[in-house]
Amino acid sequence: MTQTSPPSPAPAPAPSPLAVALAATIRAFNTNKTSWIGLGVFLAVVVLAIMAPWIAPHDPLEQDVFSRLQGPSAEYPLGTDYFGRCILSRLLHGARYSLLIGVASTLAAMLIGSAIGILAGWYGGRFDVIVMQTMDVLLAFPALILGLIIVAMLGPTLVNIVIAIALTSIPAFARIARAPTISVKEREFVEACRALGYSDARIMFLHILPNIFAEILVMSSLWLASAIRTEASLAFIGLGLRPPIPTWGGMIREGFENILDSYWLALAPGVAILIVVFALNLLGDGLRDAVDPKLKGET
Amino acid sequence: MTPPVLSIRSLTTSFRVDRAWRPVVEDLSFDIAPRETVAVVGESGSGKSVTALSVMRLLPAANSRVEGQIALAGRELLPLPEAEMRRVRGNDIAMIFQEPMTSLNPVLTVGFQVAEALVYHRALDRSAAEAEALRLFERVRIPAARSRFHEYPHHFSGGMRQRVMIAMALACRPKLLIADEPTTALDVTIQAQILELIKMLQEEEGMSVLFITHDMGVVAEIADRVVVMYKGKAVETGSTAEVFRTPRAPYTRALLAAVPRLGSMAGRARPMRFPMVDIATGGSDEPTETPDTVAERPLLEVSDLVTRFDIRGGVLSRIRGRVHAVEKVSFTLHAGETLALVGESGCGKSTTGRSILRLVPPTSGRILFEGRDVAALDRAGLRQMRRRMQMIFQDPYASLNPRKTVGGALAEPIIVHGLAGKAEARERVASLLRKVGLPPDAAGRFPHEFSGGQRQRLCIARALALEPRLIVADEAVSALDVSIKAQVLNLMLDLQAELGLAYLFISHDIAVVERVSHRIAVMYLGEIVEIGPRAAIFESPQHPYTKRLMAAVPVPDPDHRAIRRGLSGAEIRSPVRPPDYLPPPRSYREISPGHLVQAWGEEWDRT
Amino acid sequence: MTAFVVKRLGFALVTLWAVLTLVFFIVRVLPGDPAQVILGDQATAGAIEAMRARLGLDRPLAVQYAEFLFGVLRGEWGVSLVTGRPVLVEVMSVLPWTIELTVAALVIGALIGIPLGVWAATNRNRLIDYVTRLASLLGLSFPAFVSGILLLIFFGIQLRWFPVISAQSGSLSAWFLSLALPALNLGLIMAAYITRVTRSAMLEVLQEDYVRTARAKGVPWRAVVWRHALRNALIPVITVVGLYLGVLIGNSVLTEIVFNRPGLGKLIVGALNQRDYTMLQGMMVIYTLVVIVVNLLTDLAYGAADPRVKLK
Repeated sequence: MTQTSPPSPAPAPAPSPLAVALAATIRAFNTNKTSWIGLGVFLAVVVLAIMAPWIAPHDPLEQDVFSRLQGPSAEYPLGTDYFGRCILSRLLHGARYSLLIGVASTLAAMLIGSAIGILAGWYGGRFDVIVMQTMDVLLAFPALILGLIIVAMLGPTLVNIVIAIALTSIPAFARIARAPTISVKEREFVEACRALGYSDARIMFLHILPNIFAEILVMSSLWLASAIRTEASLAFIGLGLRPPIPTWGGMIREGFENILDSYWLALAPGVAILIVVFALNLLGDGLRDAVDPKLKGET
Repeated sequence: MTPPVLSIRSLTTSFRVDRAWRPVVEDLSFDIAPRETVAVVGESGSGKSVTALSVMRLLPAANSRVEGQIALAGRELLPLPEAEMRRVRGNDIAMIFQEPMTSLNPVLTVGFQVAEALVYHRALDRSAAEAEALRLFERVRIPAARSRFHEYPHHFSGGMRQRVMIAMALACRPKLLIADEPTTALDVTIQAQILELIKMLQEEEGMSVLFITHDMGVVAEIADRVVVMYKGKAVETGSTAEVFRTPRAPYTRALLAAVPRLGSMAGRARPMRFPMVDIATGGSDEPTETPDTVAERPLLEVSDLVTRFDIRGGVLSRIRGRVHAVEKVSFTLHAGETLALVGESGCGKSTTGRSILRLVPPTSGRILFEGRDVAALDRAGLRQMRRRMQMIFQDPYASLNPRKTVGGALAEPIIVHGLAGKAEARERVASLLRKVGLPPDAAGRFPHEFSGGQRQRLCIARALALEPRLIVADEAVSALDVSIKAQVLNLMLDLQAELGLAYLFISHDIAVVERVSHRIAVMYLGEIVEIGPRAAIFESPQHPYTKRLMAAVPVPDPDHRAIRRGLSGAEIRSPVRPPDYLPPPRSYREISPGHLVQAWGEEWDRT
Repeated sequence: MTAFVVKRLGFALVTLWAVLTLVFFIVRVLPGDPAQVILGDQATAGAIEAMRARLGLDRPLAVQYAEFLFGVLRGEWGVSLVTGRPVLVEVMSVLPWTIELTVAALVIGALIGIPLGVWAATNRNRLIDYVTRLASLLGLSFPAFVSGILLLIFFGIQLRWFPVISAQSGSLSAWFLSLALPALNLGLIMAAYITRVTRSAMLEVLQEDYVRTARAKGVPWRAVVWRHALRNALIPVITVVGLYLGVLIGNSVLTEIVFNRPGLGKLIVGALNQRDYTMLQGMMVIYTLVVIVVNLLTDLAYGAADPRVKLK
């Protein structure tokens, strides 16, 4: 072997970590084109929800007793409900609440759950056992039932619904964060960090977190889908935001009461939920395949 | 001349990478005669394993392409339909793999897995197949074969699993056995057993063997002929004796020069650098002995160090056993000195190193570093101490945070410990990189842009960032290819000469240890059984375990081939003991100045 | 193995105790006096006081807690505030309906999901794999009430194959007809989950060294897939199915509402709407028991599938 110095690097400017992360994400997207579709559809729904007050043809609360239970028309593109309210307008405004509750509860669960998972994974031992057994019991407990009870006890306000849904998905995030924390903890660079005298907090949040963040982020798109679904389910059961606030689940609930003669009332919001949830699942699923180290090397 | 069992003609195997076909093996040709053992040797990426998988046609069809001719006893394999090829696999050609721990199906009994081949290829019914499989178990010398037949793989040690793999391979009396690095994952004494077993069974069965390995010592032990591969091509083919005595290709010469040869250090007092051969010309420099760096004063004094781990289990999580990882270990290490801790898996050498740095908490004992007791330090004291004592690890791919630039990783310890501000830290990083032979502009890049050897240099640079006096090197070169290994070891020797570093060199590779250390401690089941100056240990080993260990090391010299070691079935004992176990009192005998041997009991006289 | 079972049982009991304690305190700590909640905002102070006495809320907390725990153990779960019948009797009368529904859904899910997942994994990146992936992803995107309503609209209202209002007892065919749509609704969603898990577990297992070993000894591909690979892949599938049982139970509530089918789901929603607080307390206990039993069964199945577990 030649004992020359190792090949000198190409004189390229050092890429910033952000640029590297961005490139990795784009690469991930390209391996799975359905992710792009999911992202596109989801962003479109977000834009529609934000724009709702300006693009909705009617006030979502405005009742028109003369045009109750109408089919689609130029005036009411998706028809009207029992009170003669414009379904399209209610759908657009309902998207705001669905997305708001979904994003807020997922964000809260992500922050709290990941912190719990990282701490449990890092410290291990009895602490880990007790925390994770608790999380497992919570995880096994049906999320919907838990949500129902919490909302019923606290009352169906926006904040309480967010709290209830966040509580049901904290254990999932704890699990999601703990597994990679443990596998990263076993890697020698973490032991090197300890040997270099870094503090626990520094190792956990500056060395481990950046390595597991992609995984957490990917999972949160899947859990956002789940949160939106749970919110709709709560509203369908009657524990959503109080009427007349338009929520998708609530619209289905109202439509379901007239299912035998005008089933399209339930159909439109049902399809809306399905589209959003499916788009998020497409997005998260594609990203997960790209991030999952276990399936790498094979495409 | 008899027709060859296997004949490979201009074999080219390509993988599809980013829609282009990239050849991994190129224009490879060689024959294997009946009863002959041919070794294919090369470093990682040389295409040696791909060659084996090409013969078996086990590469995924979707992204690989095999061209050329592969004939088994005159029958072309490549055009065979898959159903025909399936009848060849396990029947005419059998294969054993590198990783015995993952190569057996965890949810099927070992007996079933061995019998299975007989059911498919010999159409035996289940009981006949099992009876035959049991006979095979006995042939590969699995102790208590009958009672262990229906156990699952997780009950077996790595060496025993490899024996199960061999039994499976022999089931249908194949014409050719392909062994792909079958001993690489095993400890050296177990490796010796498995090599012996393969040799013996080959004689009994009269089969041919294609042996894939990276280890020139193993080649010398087992092969009749050698194919040396480099970057997908055969650079040299010849009889083992020829290749070792008069290597023609510069690459072969470089490879042989980088292989430490056990016993070659006789008569030398200090460690020696490895000779570096120019791969283009084949010319070599003269290796030199390192300067005398060992200081008078001891830097580290370890006395009666004990580290144990509890194993909990059962209903109430009671302590069911204890790993006696380190038991009453004592030694001193001087500034500028290299003390090697050698031993096989589970001997406690790594735990000793980690206990000294307090990466695992020691149970008892005293660790004096520069006169202060490490075991008694508080958090702040520990932080201070860790500036003076650093560690480098085995896996260069796992040792660097993939999300941090090299510059960031090297500057971080300097900044965290407040040794310098940001601007000065940047300058220090540049000088650290130069010190380990890397260009300063490497600082802007990420670890994945570097090769394994370069990463290990980066790890050394990071350890040096705090200007330590002692570096614990835990199997620091074990994962590297032999030529890279030699370069990194040379770097470590140079740094020792320049900075007066002390190394605690933890390794299972006895030939490397002989080359680089001043003193050696041999560990077995958590205890030091023999410690002394390198020359004393190698020239007059006393303890039976030291002798066994040395005898098991494959020597890269074909003349050693005739020496048969006999087949022992001894397994590596586990340091797990019942909770009430009390370690026996030990006494040491001084053979010559500084050469201490543990008094051993009669259990050693029997083996 | 015995130690393993005993340990899991012990853990189950601790869990039960923890949840019971939690239930007890949630009811008492949360804002809002249960008596007030039950009687509504217009209740007089005297009526609330009487209700508190009826609920036993006027006694010391420790006494209430002890009575609650022993009551649960003795099977005295109190009396429904709405119907006046014992909670346990109410729960037990609808439990078989829910069990029947979820078991049917699990069977449908496993029968469809496992073969489909194996099939997709062994045809990775071919058309069938893409279709299966998209279909299963779509399947688990459905909120159970949306899919239920779609099934109801299509098979019940449009095709009139099944009764819209689940008629129940009577003949075997009536039983089948009333079970079919709800079970299909839950089962298809479960199948979507199981397909995905089986597929990814198989993809992982098929890359393992022991699969290569099996191929190297000439085992036919079909046996490699179904004997060597699937047995290992089932281990994570069992884990995940155990975790999804929470989703399954939640979906069963929605399904029972949509198909107007008696069961725990309808019972708890009724109790929530009518603020039947003793009933809710009992429902939480029964759900906890269900979760614990299911976890125990999952663990046992896990132990049976993976020989390495017995070591613990």
